[in-house]
Amino acid sequence: MSRTRFTRRLPAAAAAAGLALAVAACGGGSSSSSDGATPAAADQLKPNADLSQQTLDITVWDGYTPKELPEKAKAELKIKDVQIQTHDTNETAMTKLTAPGDSGIDVAFVSGQYAQALNEQGLLEPIHHELIPNLANLYPEATQLSYDKGNKYSVPYTWGTTGICYRSDLVKSEPTSWNDLLKPPAWADKKVTMLATERWLALPALKSLGYSINTDKDEEIEKAKELLLAQKPHLLRYDDTTFGDRLVSGEAVMAEAWDGWCPTTDPKGNIKFAVPKEGSDLWVDTMVIMKSSKNKEAAHALINYILSPEIHSWAAENINYKVPNKAAMEQVKIAKGSLLGITPAELLNGEAAIDLGPASTKYSRLQQDIKAS
Amino acid sequence: MKSEVETQPVSRSRGRWLGAFVFLSPGLAYLVVLMLVPLALVFSYTVFQRGRFGGVVYEFTTENFERLFDPLYLNVLGDSLKIAALTTLIALLIGYPTAYLIAQLPKRWKTLALVAVVLPFWTNFIIRVYAWTILLSGPGLVNSALAKIGLGPYELLYNQGTIVAGLLYSYLPLMVLPLYAAIEKLDPQLREASANLGASGFTTFRKVTLPLTVPGVLTGSLFVFVPSFGNFVIPEMLGGSKSIMVGNLIRDQFLSARDWPFGATLSLVLIALLVVLLILQAWAARRA
Repeated sequence: MSRTRFTRRLPAAAAAAGLALAVAACGGGSSSSSDGATPAAADQLKPNADLSQQTLDITVWDGYTPKELPEKAKAELKIKDVQIQTHDTNETAMTKLTAPGDSGIDVAFVSGQYAQALNEQGLLEPIHHELIPNLANLYPEATQLSYDKGNKYSVPYTWGTTGICYRSDLVKSEPTSWNDLLKPPAWADKKVTMLATERWLALPALKSLGYSINTDKDEEIEKAKELLLAQKPHLLRYDDTTFGDRLVSGEAVMAEAWDGWCPTTDPKGNIKFAVPKEGSDLWVDTMVIMKSSKNKEAAHALINYILSPEIHSWAAENINYKVPNKAAMEQVKIAKGSLLGITPAELLNGEAAIDLGPASTKYSRLQQDIKAS
Repeated sequence: MKSEVETQPVSRSRGRWLGAFVFLSPGLAYLVVLMLVPLALVFSYTVFQRGRFGGVVYEFTTENFERLFDPLYLNVLGDSLKIAALTTLIALLIGYPTAYLIAQLPKRWKTLALVAVVLPFWTNFIIRVYAWTILLSGPGLVNSALAKIGLGPYELLYNQGTIVAGLLYSYLPLMVLPLYAAIEKLDPQLREASANLGASGFTTFRKVTLPLTVPGVLTGSLFVFVPSFGNFVIPEMLGGSKSIMVGNLIRDQFLSARDWPFGATLSLVLIALLVVLLILQAWAARRA
């Protein structure tokens, strides 16, 4: 979901997209794939290293961490300097991190499948658990995520799932299945929206057919395409950014939506969220340390600091994303209707998206086939 | 002394060249650094392969060009051409009479009318397009007004017609202004001469006014066609992303498909097409 997160605050998604395009076009850089390369041996880290000699450069989505984090971390961890850069999408972060030469980044925030891809390229420093005692704050489930069991190279920061966001006062029956969205009943005809981003566009169809969201089998993707093509005439539109507004105005009655974006806390309380019985995905945004970092002790100290309940609960309280941190979630006051109450066990029913490598082009093709038809 | 006289013309011309170079160099540097180099970079990508993370792998391939002939992309290209051509045609049909009328107005009103034509440009493009969705949506202003007189609701948003309407709204001023400039320049005596020789108003228009304003027609059409063809905001916001134009296709290659080489190839096609149009326009304008 991180792909379009930044557009949440910007109804004019296209303007941002244009800007990102300009940035992407100038980015340059190559990434010769050294897939599956085994990471070199980990550095020896000194638990008592003098952090006042180390600096940190972090890249993170805009508005995704507390604004005062650099000053606080500097003061409390006694790090010489902490600088934050922002990226708008996973793709721009990847461009920055995989460019030839030293990216200069110590700690990066990217989604789970991208952490996996970075690790496969041998670009990530293994996580030294002894330097991050606050890992104990994580839910046990968050240490067994399929893309990185045992948090070998990534530490989860936020997590969530995809489901159906709907107007409980406008639907004749509450949606329980992806088919309610894929084959909308007459009363919902042309009042349904779908996410347009490649993997999420395919998700409802793949799940309703009983396939994995990570499938790379042509015949399964083809079947999903048929289902989505049949759905298209009954859609209001494809919508990654304004589905919340459409639900509030009543223009749409059901929308495929990310949990953190479904406006369940709107004043009238009519908007609800359901995870369909066929299952859904589990997305995780993670923190990783670059192998090229020269400040690895400080990087570990920072991640440890972020995992403290006071800092980590900020994300749940301010951006409405669940954090995989038991101690932090316990101190968050959960408002009625808020999706923060979804438990880790429920989230873990979701299938984590993994990096598909070359097969990911099949999903771009699927998206273009559907939109161009 | 003698030699100085002899060398003077040479050094003067050299000095002129130097002066020209000094004055041109900021502009030249701007063009080279911000336009030619990036363009060359983008075009060089067209023969390389997609990197796994949106970068470029520098291995030669012709695959990007082969993909262009895939019916899927030809369809998108055809659709874009159709939508842009339709927009241009309607803009011309509305724009010509508008420009003609403005040119006939007394001077004071003329200025006011011209300001009114460009006034929408003072507001951000995205905001203006977004406003259309508020007007046209299911429970929007137009439908609620219609409901008061017992009509509707109609599905006004998210179809190709709305895309054309949105493009037309956005780019009509670009048609009116060059047409106005062309019509304004016409010598009124030519029309009087035509009338004196017995031509009807329509014949005068057909045989005198229209042929003399063809350069304006061509410029205006180009000004509307080019941005309409490459637009990706309007198909997304007013078309509900249910159909895509070539602009969306290119944007998707860079932002979601992570396929820079193919995105670059599509951009190359777009630019080549526009260059051809520009040459045709210049040629036609000179003949007219």
